[in-house]
Amino acid sequence: MRTRGWFARIALVLGLVFLYVPIVSMIVFSFNNSRLVTVWDAAHSPTLRWYGVLVHNEQILTAAWLSIRIAVTAASAAVVLGTLAGVALARFGAFRGRLLLAGMVTAPIVMPEVITGLSLLLLFVAMAQLVGWPRGVGAVTIALAHITFCMAYVTVVVQSRLAGFDESLEEAAMDLGARPLKVFFRITLPLILPAIASGWLLAFTLSWDDLVITQFVAGPGSSTLPMVVFSKVRFGVTPDVNALATILVLLVAAGIGISTVWMRYQQRRRERDLQLAAAANL
Amino acid sequence: MSSQPTPAAAPSAAATPDAAHYVRIVDVSKKFGDFTAVDHVSLDIRRGEIFCLLGGSGSGKTTLLRMLAGFETPTTGRIEIEGQDLSRVPPYERPVNMMFQSYALFPHMSVEKNVAFGLEQEHLGRDAIRRQVGEILEIVKMSGYGARKPHQLSGGQRQRVALARALVKRPKLLLLDEPLAALDKKLREHTQFELLNIQQRLGVTFIVVTHDQEEAMTLGTRLGVMNHGRIVQVGTPSDIYESPATRFVADFIGSVNMFAGEVCANGADGLCIRSADLGCTVRAERAAGGAHGATVWTAIRPEKVQISRTPPEGAEAAGGENLVAGAVKEIAYMGDTSIYLVRLDSGSMLRVTLPNVLRGAERPIAREERVWLSWHGSSPVVLTE
Repeated sequence: MRTRGWFARIALVLGLVFLYVPIVSMIVFSFNNSRLVTVWDAAHSPTLRWYGVLVHNEQILTAAWLSIRIAVTAASAAVVLGTLAGVALARFGAFRGRLLLAGMVTAPIVMPEVITGLSLLLLFVAMAQLVGWPRGVGAVTIALAHITFCMAYVTVVVQSRLAGFDESLEEAAMDLGARPLKVFFRITLPLILPAIASGWLLAFTLSWDDLVITQFVAGPGSSTLPMVVFSKVRFGVTPDVNALATILVLLVAAGIGISTVWMRYQQRRRERDLQLAAAANL
Repeated sequence: MSSQPTPAAAPSAAATPDAAHYVRIVDVSKKFGDFTAVDHVSLDIRRGEIFCLLGGSGSGKTTLLRMLAGFETPTTGRIEIEGQDLSRVPPYERPVNMMFQSYALFPHMSVEKNVAFGLEQEHLGRDAIRRQVGEILEIVKMSGYGARKPHQLSGGQRQRVALARALVKRPKLLLLDEPLAALDKKLREHTQFELLNIQQRLGVTFIVVTHDQEEAMTLGTRLGVMNHGRIVQVGTPSDIYESPATRFVADFIGSVNMFAGEVCANGADGLCIRSADLGCTVRAERAAGGAHGATVWTAIRPEKVQISRTPPEGAEAAGGENLVAGAVKEIAYMGDTSIYLVRLDSGSMLRVTLPNVLRGAERPIAREERVWLSWHGSSPVVLTE
């Protein structure tokens, strides 16, 4: 054992404790039998009681299903719009209104959420009066609002990917006879697909746990999961919220685990290919 | 120079596209805002030749190449291939292909798919595409690598695939942007000869852009030297090396000793220049023009200077022309040659290159030794600009 590095080890332990003790305690308490969140009922724990309560809680299940539908819709629409904006900003050089678009498209990232939410609500109300759509606030307006701010993040991700991307690839395709639209679908799109995928995941996550903007544009009967959790917590944390959160944490952890393994595999394959190429050097 | 093209007088439709005017660049300029990248360039490229555009960075050579490919539109002027004006034709409709400096192989496609990409745009049948891809991969000796992805190839292999991809459409003109810059030195020489070989086999006209004079000399049948957006000189490699038209060309291609002087006689036996910098009178046998008293520059290549410990025979008879003395200041041993830097009695430095013919010469010239430097009357080039 090396005796050096005790400082690094202490820092590591403290960091992990700081980050994960709240989550671990939440997971532990989700198996607590007591109705009181802070009292550990040693006699009857651990138990899956609250998980059972959860799957029969119609309100939470409806909210979760709504959140998933909104997140998928918002992420997908934001990816299309964000990719278009990113390509326009990264590739079309200096066109009229470029600076305006660059500023506007990323504004939702820096704008306080309450302002975004309020302005969207005012817009939807005005639109409903002028053109009769969207009718009232609800799932549709939540999705529209989420598309608006998710698009900004996708644009930034796609744009930065395109900025680090050899433009001569597109020129080469054009040189070989492909028209601009074909160049986009055969060359540009496949190559920025990883950025688009991570943009989609980012947008999904943002939409999934957005609370502030959603509060403004939600209506009766369109409560998303974060809204339900938040309203439950206001009356004191109930153990079934712990169970719900535990399930979410496990899902996220599984997702991260799978992607890490996949990336490791890709990396190793790539290294092997590079070695092969170097060996075959002639 | 004799090969400087004349601006086209006849309209392009009437011009007969003969071999000497296969590609015509007529008075082409390109401006980016206030900056003139290419400045009234006119150039004729012959069918089947390898024309090298040589210049430093910012000389406009790459912009000219991009205009030939169609990625930039000329501000003024015309570009014609076989009499057809292409100046406003988009890149995807030109009978021109390009090999990029970075090779620009599509990383998500296999070698075969990369090469087939151009043919697919012509909507050829699958069998025809497969046959042509196979043929061209055979020519560049990459037959066994069709299924590989670009990142599984070495630098040299990528270069061949890029060449195959550009050649498979049988373009009327192939543009090569620094084709050998990304290869290491050994591989470069090998590839150079292979490139020449393939070009001769397929008979495609090449235009090569490079900043590397060695690459340009060995590849090019003719060179065009560019500076500040203009073509300074066009000629064969030996034309340009032995008879540079300007001081810029003499200095840019190879190394050169350049001294200012005044014309003191202009007779049948050549031009006589008195140079205070050099400290002697230069007789240039193959130089014309230059009025008495005019300021000119004489350029002498380092390998054309002889070095000796005693004045060479007959030097007295020549009256000390083309002869100077000095002390060796630096010697750089390069293996095949040695470079001597000699401080002349006039105070100027002169550079001499000598081949190391004998292995371990009996007493090599040492530093600080006094030497005589002389050259043949045919060696000096007289430049007026």
